[in-house]
Amino acid sequence: MIAGLALIAGVVLGLITRPTVPTWLEPYLPIAVVAALDAVFGGVRARLDRIFDAKVFVVSFISNVLVAALIVFIGDKLGVGAQLSTAVVVVLGIRIFGNAAAIRRHLFRA
Amino acid sequence: MSEPEESTDQPIEQPLKRSRTGWHGAAILIGVLIAILGFAIAVQVRQNSRSDALSGLREDDLIGILDNQNARADRLRQQISDLQQSLLRLQTSGDRDAAARQQAQQEAAALGVLLGTIPASGPGVTVVVTDPGDKLQAEDLLDIIEELRGAGAEAMQVDSVRVSTTTSFTDKDGAIVADGTVLRLPYMFVAIGDSTTLDTALNIPGGVAAAVRALGGQLTVLEKTKLTISVTRALPQSRYAKPTH
Repeated sequence: MIAGLALIAGVVLGLITRPTVPTWLEPYLPIAVVAALDAVFGGVRARLDRIFDAKVFVVSFISNVLVAALIVFIGDKLGVGAQLSTAVVVVLGIRIFGNAAAIRRHLFRA
Repeated sequence: MSEPEESTDQPIEQPLKRSRTGWHGAAILIGVLIAILGFAIAVQVRQNSRSDALSGLREDDLIGILDNQNARADRLRQQISDLQQSLLRLQTSGDRDAAARQQAQQEAAALGVLLGTIPASGPGVTVVVTDPGDKLQAEDLLDIIEELRGAGAEAMQVDSVRVSTTTSFTDKDGAIVADGTVLRLPYMFVAIGDSTTLDTALNIPGGVAAAVRALGGQLTVLEKTKLTISVTRALPQSRYAKPTH
């Protein structure tokens, strides 16, 4: 619905405007995207569980992105940025898989 | 990333309360967030696929790559200077070899002319000696050869015999034999050298021409600007003398 339309609108906007990523943002953007995806999957799962709350979604979305970026930032400062990025992606990936499994059970009853 | 945080995933789903008050505002906010996500995904995907592999790397990796490239460039530069040096070395030694070879060829040619192993041409004289009284001896012809040699003749021929350092003249049965070849009358000499000097040397008062005339013969010298001695000798093999270096 709104979310799907917004996603499509955002993708189209990104393809049309073709902005270049600022250098300082380059290491954080992929991590932030993965973190936001995690929040989105969590939101979809919550909606299917009928416990979706807009406020929780917004807060978790933003905090996920900020915390992921912060972890990578600190990792870069400590000289372990690459490893921490991998760690964040792994953890978020596991969560996304868990949420995806829950969503799948809801949709297909399997 | 500890276990408690893993469970904070759930707070998204946990609250069951529906705050209907700001529903529209929340929907707009969610839409904006999702749109930003889509935007970021599109930008990141494009960035990742378009830009070359280096721009996405972090500082540490870039420094490592730069180090590698620098080390490689240093190695290649070293290689270049090594190869240039060896090229220079080979060029100079090649020049030296060429000079040595040229000098050796010149020496071989000079020695070949002296030994009579190669044909020779140049200015010189032809000498015709008649001997109606058959009074000339081998040593008289040897005198002529010596006179020519003394006057600087570089290559000589008697009849069909090339004269060299080992040429001998002997008397045999009233005839004169040079290196085993019986010479016929009139004796024909060909000598390459300074023709005027050779002519003068032969016709010097009291010289060989006078000696021949005293025996009733005749010695005629013809100066030529261009003579060719095509008769050659085999290269003498030294059986005992070995070159020492």
